[in-house]
Amino acid sequence: MRPERVAVFGGIYSNHLALEAALEDAGARGAQALYCLGDLGGFGPHPDRVFPLLREADVKVVQGNYDHAIGQGLADCQCGYTDPRDNHFARISYEYTLRNTSDRWRSWMRELPPERRILLGGKRVLMCHGSPRRTNEFLWESTTSSDFLDWLTREYEADVILATHTGLYWRRELQGGRAFANVGVLGRPANDGRTEVEYALLSASGDRPGVDVEIVSLGYDHERLAREMQDEDLPAEFVETILTGWWTTCLEALPAKERRRGRH
Amino acid sequence: MNSASSPAISAEASRLADSGPAIALEHLDALWLQVTGTVCNLRCAHCFISCAPDNDTLGFLSLETVIGWLELARRHGVKEYYVTGGEPFMHSDLPGMLEAILRCGPVTVLTNGTLFTEPVLTRLAAAEAASDYSLELRVSIDGPSPETNDPIRGEGTFERAMEGIRKLLGHGFLPILTAARVWDLADEETVREQFFAALRDVGCERPRLKILPSLRIGRETLRTGGYDRHHLVTEEMLDSYDRAQLLCSNSRIVTSRGAHVCPILVDHPDSLMGPTLEDAFRPFELRHRACFTCWHHGAICSNHGDIGRNAT
Repeated sequence: MRPERVAVFGGIYSNHLALEAALEDAGARGAQALYCLGDLGGFGPHPDRVFPLLREADVKVVQGNYDHAIGQGLADCQCGYTDPRDNHFARISYEYTLRNTSDRWRSWMRELPPERRILLGGKRVLMCHGSPRRTNEFLWESTTSSDFLDWLTREYEADVILATHTGLYWRRELQGGRAFANVGVLGRPANDGRTEVEYALLSASGDRPGVDVEIVSLGYDHERLAREMQDEDLPAEFVETILTGWWTTCLEALPAKERRRGRH
Repeated sequence: MNSASSPAISAEASRLADSGPAIALEHLDALWLQVTGTVCNLRCAHCFISCAPDNDTLGFLSLETVIGWLELARRHGVKEYYVTGGEPFMHSDLPGMLEAILRCGPVTVLTNGTLFTEPVLTRLAAAEAASDYSLELRVSIDGPSPETNDPIRGEGTFERAMEGIRKLLGHGFLPILTAARVWDLADEETVREQFFAALRDVGCERPRLKILPSLRIGRETLRTGGYDRHHLVTEEMLDSYDRAQLLCSNSRIVTSRGAHVCPILVDHPDSLMGPTLEDAFRPFELRHRACFTCWHHGAICSNHGDIGRNAT
């Protein structure tokens, strides 16, 4: 039977506690299939704890830039930061994740596909990490025109495009009933002063063809995650983000509008 | 900075290569609009297109012309827009242009920060607030003090531009300070800290800084001696190179003459690809020595380039 409702997770960033909560929540909401748009590691503690959860729940995963980099053992996360402070923290996070990801999962990550496509409610849903054309392309809400998104849906033959790379959830209706959504991330809060994280629930909309995209906010044991991060000597700045909901690092790439919404 | 080459060598070495690798336009992601041509209220020593108050080699674009280009660009799915000059704030219709662009996409304005008026900034802040999209303002300052900046940009320009940044902050903008690297690379970390300190001095709590390489063409040829013989891009240099780093793979610029390949080369006759946007969709051969700088640093003109990572 074709699924009528699916859950789509964004970046996990080693937040195994949020992933556990999301798997339970999505099941309770009736999700019949589970997807993840990549960036499994980085930022959080104990990267190896994420993979068994994904495998056990049969989550179908797209490769993110982080997964590509960790899988291949590249020199950095390929986020392209130029600010020395951002690079400093990105390096700490990357080196920790690379050191603590076992070879078995690294080779598994190397094989992940760059996109997945499903049919839901008669609509073609394209799931990717950054954009359909580039894994590490930033599609921010305030710097991506609807004209461009319309073009992407035509060029890549999709009715709904889902991505996660920037880490901030947003959605936009496009021409001809098409849509784009960033499903958010499970890895860290959305720079809005709340500790919850987000994922997307896609449902076929009844008798007529169509897909409803709902962004779900999810509470989890973020205080326990903070303790685990402290125990692993991860930077206090990362822990602060988990506990306050405000981003403290990797702020360089944020456009003006998104930057102003945050505290730092 | 390499300033060892003599002007005599650079004159010979500044010639175009007979041929170069052709870069295809993958998609028109960014449309640049040179709304005030080469007309600028300043006369910076390093200007790669020699802008000045009396240089009208390239002229102003009218509001109607800009709207015409905008309509064409929209059909091609342009993702974002950049407005440059000269000095865009010399154009009395700039607010109307930015309002029109913000109705269909994000826009970045490249400015020297010396001509902001309260009514114009009030209008721009309202236009951005009413839009889904960001209005970015990139303010050019080339040194973190009057002593380092003013010899390049002119007497008093440091204080005037910092005052401009103060005004932008007062209207809720988060400007990106944009500096051409006119210092030694070895001093980069210190200079960066000095820029942050200067920004904090005018009340900027979230400093944003973009550093550009110097482009040794236009007036900058006189200051640096221009390029050397080996500064050319060859096919071999593009092996396993990410061509998306080159602006000509994803952008075009329109001036009073038509559609050109990129903002750096508008002064050069072969950069003009034709009177219409479609004329500019064909590939461009990297025959210019300035192309070497773009290749070397990558994405130098975009808001978030890779200069820090690739620069050596």
